[in-house]
This record gives sequence, C-alpha cells and structure tokens, in this order.
Amino acid sequence: MIERSPLLDLFTHLLLLASFVALLIPFWIVFVAASHDFHTVNQVPMPLWPGSSFFENMAVAWERGNFGRVMLNSFIVAGGVTLGKIVIAALSAFSIVYFKYRLRMVLFWLIFITLMLPLEVRIVPTYAVAADALRPFQSMIDLFGIGINLPEWNLLNSYSGLILPLVATATGTFLYRQFFLTVPDELAEAAKMDGAGAIRFFLEILLPLSRTNMAALATIMFVWSWNQYLWPLLVVTDQQNFATATMQLQKLIPGPLFGEPPVWNIAMAANLIVLAPPVLVTIVLQRWFVRGLMVTEK
Amino acid sequence: MPKVTLTKLRKSYGRNEVVHGVSLTIEHGEFIVLLGPSGCGKSTLLRMVAGLEGITEGEIAIGPTVVNKLEPRERGCAMVFQNYALYPHMTVRQNIGYSLKVAGMSRSERTAKVDEVAGTLGLSEFLDRKPSQLSGGQRQRVAMGRAMIREPKIFLYDEPLSNLDAQLRVAMRVEIRKLHQRLGTTTLFVTHDQVEAMTLADRIVIMNKGNIEQVGTPAEVYHRPATTYVARFIGNPGMNLLPAVVDPGTGIVRMADGQVLAYDKSRWRTIEPGEITVGFRAETARLAPGGFSARFDFAEELGSAQLLHGTVAGKSVTVQSTGNIGLKPGDPLPFAIAPHELHLFAANGQRFAEQSRVEIPARPFTPAPAPTYLPVA
Amino acid sequence: MEKRATFSNLWLAAAFIAPQMLLVFVFFYWPTGEALYWAVTLEPPFGGSNEWVGWLNFETVFSDPKYWNSVRISIAFASLATMLSLVIAAMLALFVDRRLPGHQLYKFTFFLPYALAAPSVGLAFRFIFSPDAGFVSAINRVWPNLWNPALDGWDAFLLIIFAQSWKMVGYNFIFFLAALQSIPRSVTEAGAMDGASVLRRMWDIQLPLIAPTLFFLIVINITDSFVDSFGIVDVTTSGGPARATDLMVYKIYFDGFEGKDYSLAAAQSIVLMLLIIALTFIQFRFIERRIHYS
Repeated sequence: MIERSPLLDLFTHLLLLASFVALLIPFWIVFVAASHDFHTVNQVPMPLWPGSSFFENMAVAWERGNFGRVMLNSFIVAGGVTLGKIVIAALSAFSIVYFKYRLRMVLFWLIFITLMLPLEVRIVPTYAVAADALRPFQSMIDLFGIGINLPEWNLLNSYSGLILPLVATATGTFLYRQFFLTVPDELAEAAKMDGAGAIRFFLEILLPLSRTNMAALATIMFVWSWNQYLWPLLVVTDQQNFATATMQLQKLIPGPLFGEPPVWNIAMAANLIVLAPPVLVTIVLQRWFVRGLMVTEK
Repeated sequence: MPKVTLTKLRKSYGRNEVVHGVSLTIEHGEFIVLLGPSGCGKSTLLRMVAGLEGITEGEIAIGPTVVNKLEPRERGCAMVFQNYALYPHMTVRQNIGYSLKVAGMSRSERTAKVDEVAGTLGLSEFLDRKPSQLSGGQRQRVAMGRAMIREPKIFLYDEPLSNLDAQLRVAMRVEIRKLHQRLGTTTLFVTHDQVEAMTLADRIVIMNKGNIEQVGTPAEVYHRPATTYVARFIGNPGMNLLPAVVDPGTGIVRMADGQVLAYDKSRWRTIEPGEITVGFRAETARLAPGGFSARFDFAEELGSAQLLHGTVAGKSVTVQSTGNIGLKPGDPLPFAIAPHELHLFAANGQRFAEQSRVEIPARPFTPAPAPTYLPVA
Repeated sequence: MEKRATFSNLWLAAAFIAPQMLLVFVFFYWPTGEALYWAVTLEPPFGGSNEWVGWLNFETVFSDPKYWNSVRISIAFASLATMLSLVIAAMLALFVDRRLPGHQLYKFTFFLPYALAAPSVGLAFRFIFSPDAGFVSAINRVWPNLWNPALDGWDAFLLIIFAQSWKMVGYNFIFFLAALQSIPRSVTEAGAMDGASVLRRMWDIQLPLIAPTLFFLIVINITDSFVDSFGIVDVTTSGGPARATDLMVYKIYFDGFEGKDYSLAAAQSIVLMLLIIALTFIQFRFIERRIHYS
C-alpha cells in the first residue's frame, strides 16, 4: 500500500525497537551477571558488558546445583510427559472419534472438563493421592465390602509421581480430536475397502497424517513440563536423587547470610542453565511451538 | 475532467516482475475492462491505480496529477473488492457511511447521504443489519454503496461479480452498467469473464503475463484480434487457429495436409511468403460439400446451434452449424469460409497489418451464443 | 460433528481410551472428590476417621482476614498484570502487523519470555529489581531507599506484576498477531480506500475485529496469573513482605504443606476451583462469539 507516513514509521520503528530491548534485556542482564566475578556483579550500577568469569561461574553453578543429576531428571520428566501425552492422547482421541458407542460423548466430556482445572489449583488432593496411587481403587473395593487389599503404590520421590499427574489432562486429546474431525471420511472408508482394520488404519494412515500436530504438541508439552515447578516441589523430598532443574532455582536464591552480599553471579549462571533447554527448544522449533500454542489453547 | 494515464508501469515482487511496462490512457467517463486469465497482472494493475500496491517503475496520472506517491485516500478512487471486504463488525449503515465519517462529515449529513445511496441500491430496509445477515447479492450492493457514496473520480472494481451465482451475476452486471450510465464515472473493472467484459466495456484491455495484448472496443477485439492470444481468448469458442504457409502472390494459404483456403488479398498490406497462422471463427464457417474439409470428431448441442468439432492436419477446429447433420466420428466434415473472414497472423502471433479502409463489419455485435461455456464461479 | 466411517469393535475402543480414563480418574476426579470431602470434614487430632463438620472449614476460611487479604491481592494482581501485558501486546502486534522492514525479527523474538519457567523469570527479576545490586538499584543511588521490594509491600507487588506481565506479553502478542493476520487484507485496504489513516484503521477496524481474541486472552491471562504466578512469588518475595504478595495459590500451598492443615487448604482449593471454572465458562461464551465473527 502506498502510505506516506514518515513520522508514524519512525514512531513504529522506535516503539518496536524499544520493546525489543525491553523484552530481551532481562536475558542479557542474566547473561552479563553470570559472566562477572562475585565482586563486580554486586556493584551498583552493574556493568552492562560481559566479564570474563562466565565459564568459571557456570562450573560453580553446575556443581552447586547438582545439575548433572537434576538436568537428567528434568529431561526424563519432560520427555516422559511429552511422550505420554502424545501417545495416550492419540489413543483416546481415536477411540472417541472413530468408534461408535454410547458412552462416547460422556467420556469425551469427562476428559474435556479436566482442561478447566490446572494442577496448581488441585495440588492438595493430588498430593494425597500421590502417596498411594491405588488408593482410589482400594476405597472403591472397600465400598463394595470385598476383602481385597491392594498393595500401596507410593508415587512420592519417583519418576512416575513426577510424570503421571502431569499427563492426566486433556490438552492433547482435544487437539487430536479437532484434527481427526477434519480428516475426510473417505480415508477411513478407503482403508476399510482395502481391508485395513482399526489398528492398521490408526497406525498407518491416521498417525502419519497427524505428524505436524504431534510435533506441535510435543514442543509445547516439553516446554510446559520442563517449566513445572510447584508439583515437583511437592512430590520430591529426596532432593539428592529426584530434584528437577527448576526446583534448584529456589535453593540458589542468594540470601545475605552473615552480612555477606548475595552470590548473584552463580544464581544467574544457574538460571541460564535452567532456562537454556526450553528457550532453545522454542527458538529451534519455533514454528511448532507457536502452532502448538495456537491449537492447544483453542 | 480527469483522464487516467498509465505510463510504462512496472511492478516487481523482489526479482519477479509481474507487470512489464504497461501504458494506457483512459478517457473521462470511460468504462474500461481489464480482461485476462488469473495471474496476468490485471488485479495488480488495478491495485496500483488504487494505491494499494506500490509502483516499481513508471507513472500513474489522474488528470494532470502524478499520483505515484499519493495514498489511496488522496486519489479520489473508490473500490469494490472481490470478497466485498465489508467491515464485519459494522452495520450496513456504518459500512456505507464509514468513509464520510473518516472525512469528518456530521452525523445528520451522513445519515441523509447513506439513506439516499441505500435507496438507489434497494438497501433501505437492511441498513441496521450486519454483513453476516445479508445474502451475497445484498453484500455486493453494500460494497457498491460504500464506493458510490464518496462520489469518486474513478470507480475500481476487482472481480466484483465472481462470488455470485450465475443469475445474480447477470442481474448485477446490468445494474453496474446502469449505474455507470447514470453517474458517468470513469470506471476500471477487472474480470476474467469475457462475457462480463464484452457486455460492460466501452473498451477492453486484454492482458497476458503482465503485458497488454490489445486495447479495443468489444467489437474490435472480437473482429480484429491483434494477436493469436486474443483471438483464442475472445469468443465462445475461441478462434480456430491453424498453421499454414502463405503465398501472397495468389492469396492462398496452404495447410500442413495440403488443403488450401483463399483470403481477401485487398484487405492486408504486405505479407511475406512463409509460415503463418491462419484463423477463422466457428460461426463464419458454412457447411458445404467440396473444397475444404476436416475429420469429424464430435458435436456439442447448444440449443440454437451445434458446435461440430473436427481435426485438420492434427489441429482441432470447431465450426458452427444450425442443423443436425448426423455425422459419425471419422466422417469428413466439409465446410467453406469466405475469404474476408480469414485472419492472418505472423509467426510471432501478431496480426498482419490491414488496409486502414477496412472497417469492422457493420452488423451489431452479439455475444457468442454459447451458454454452456459460461465460466462457473 | 460425527464421523460417517467408524469402527465397531467395542473392546478395541475401550482399550484405546482406558489409559486416559485411568489417569483422569486417579489424578483428577478422585482427588477433586477428596478435596470436597476434606473441605467438609476435620481430621481428629488423635487419629480415627474424619469428622463431618459441614461448612465449618469454609467459615474458618472466610472469617480469616488473611484470606481476604490474599483474595484482594490475587484479584488486583490478576487484573493489573493482565491489563498491562494485554495493552502492550496489542500495541506491539498492531505495529508489527504494519510489516515495515524488520518486522520478522520482532515476530520471532517477542514471544521468547514465555518459554521461561515462572521461577526463572522470578529469579531474573529478583536480581534485576534488587535494591542493592543489579539494574534498578541505580535508582536508590539517586533517591536512597526509593525502591526496596524486600521491605516495601508496594514495591514487591509491582515487582511480581512486572515479572508476570513480561512473561505474558509474548504469549499475548502471538495471539494478537495471528488474529490481525486473519483479518482479510481487503478489509484493511477498504479502510484505506475510505480514507482512514493507519492509526484510525487500527482503532476503527483492526481493534474491533480482534476483540474476540482480546476477551479470550483476558480469561487465559487471569487464569494464568492465578496458577502460574506461584513460581514467581515463591522465588521473588515468598509472599512477603507482610503478606503483600500472598497470592491464593501461594497461600494454599503454605497452609497445606507448611502448616499441614489440609482441611483449610482443601476448602480454599474448592473456592479457587469454582472461581477458575466460572472464568472458563465465561471464556466459552466468548469462544462462541469468536466463531460467529469469522
């Protein structure tokens, strides 16, 4: 469009540039703080240019935060949640969309309602269940007066405790369902004509078609589960073995003990370590991340 | 009064040039139709006039003013978009009156003008509806009302009828023509539908791949196509075109299979002997035994006539006949063409120069009688 | 919507949906039911089964001024952070959508803050806004003790609002930009032909047309500010100073897990759940309108 608006253009550029700086400068400050020695980082005002102690600080932070172990834990948890969601949601959406049975819509709504209440508002009761995942069944058995005693299945301090409650929401199911509904009926009919059963159709036609949606879901789920904070804080008491990366941040909050200034450089280095995976994932898989945001929140 | 002058207009997107140096002068009050297949650059040209696309090279002038750098609102153009582009959140009244509101007109004046325009378009009872509550034809009318109310110097239409069904399209065509007669506003109308172009235009601009092929009245482009492209594009069916060797001495063209046709030597200026393309229209051929003949393939029933499809020296030809002559595939299809109905094109597709005294046939132009060929939206 | 072609093997259908239903039952419905149960019972101090106490827990919660303080702060926090980030995001999206040179860069960087975990944001902001180190502390050089979130409740409250808005701006930006790009270009062009300037078009045409996205984002942002802010508060202010940033989720966590009073925490959870459900219903209403617009 022909538009002569030099002033407005200038304003646009200035506004966007200023916002660019404002939105990204926290990243820069974290990085700069992580690259100075203990003394420099506590100067007021702090330097705006990186110093020379970056790798030193990173090494200390890595050590102090036990990141060798906790990063592995975080990858296991985020990977487990992502994989679990992708698989379980695909299965359930397939059942809801491609099979005809009376309970279908009831089950769909039962799953769908879980979208409303994030884990954070249900922490108290979920925590209680995590102490024995089989208790709901035990209670039901007791209710019918059958004298069977199920073993206890304690999820505290375990990967399954970190992963399973995070998998138990409908985000993925809903996404797959929306997509499956757009798949033309003719495809399933053709598959039937070709003699394919439900499982073959699911594995060989539907899933390959869903690849882009899976990628989007995986990206968003990885970032989401990596960033989980409150739930790991509750379910992990064995800090040595099961702590996740985000949990370590709280421990690295520099407290001015005995009148000493806080160790900001190490805290910021640790923060860089923790934020690196999700930020890298969103940058590299940016297309999928944005797409995932759009489809999961609809 | 303003006339619109386009001088050597070029438009590129990056390295890709889509309009290659187009020049055109539009007289005041003229109804110009830009006609061509999709991707020929006609919409881009229109949008350059509107100011919605920048100009890579060349000049657009409205009256004496070069408008290259002017914004759309400063050019005095109004536009009707293909998908109408109504503001979905505003009522019909707000849609039509929006430009006046932007211009700062008082509410009472605005109401009066909107009422007037709505009255002429038969929209008075829909003024408080939202676009989503209107039918396609009504939306089209709102879009026209929005353009009309500004009393623009130039009307721009970008394929405004292509979203309507066939009947409504014919009706709206008539309305657009009437509107033009009443207001006399210079109009640029983009379409890919030649029937629309033929019926609406004072002059048609036929475009192909970013170039103008021909500018002329509907009768001119039909009876004297400037290039083989126009010959094929205009008319239903398009002109029959056959490769041939011409002998200007005898006034004879010889097809690849040895058959010959005579042309009117006095009509053409200099024609060099050699390979050319010869053309004739299906409706000018008369079925007649002896002389020229094609191999019959199949017939299409049009109601008022039949289109007989055949092959001459491997090229398909179509001739029109009024009666059913009961041919079977493979039969010979004999026909004759009067010498003055033959069109001669040089090997590069350009029409050979004619004696200037040759006038377009006096018979009034009738659109091709081929309803089955109407492009479906 | 229904599929024409379906399969009829019910065992298969059940097998496919079973894992999801099990998870949802164990980790969603059962705990939610249990929360209800706890909210209306009390655990006797010396063991034994819970005692029915009716509304008592709720009465305790509602008569506690600290609870109302938390509600007030949560609502103020939700509305301020939401407003701030939405206004900024909408403005950025409108100007990025002008597609001047360089707009691609902004498109690809503005959402980065959203990739961060809440405690990461909290830790970064705690440093940047720290009173005696970092970035903002320079202010205290000029006006001593002007800024100290560790002591001043208002400063702490502002700090968590900044952090939350910063995190959400990018997210909202993505949605606004997508909404703007889904407006047919010809509608904006028609506005230009009607003589509306850039700013006028933003105000008269683009903003009204992205209004459904705005409503949708308001709900998402409010929900998120209730839910996700835990990490920010826990790392920056721990609810202080003097409960100035004691948001609802943080209070539940504190009462339930530090104070070990599950009944009180459960009652608070129920109230919060109802609040979120109400918000979600409002959102559904607006989703309907959103479909209607397009």
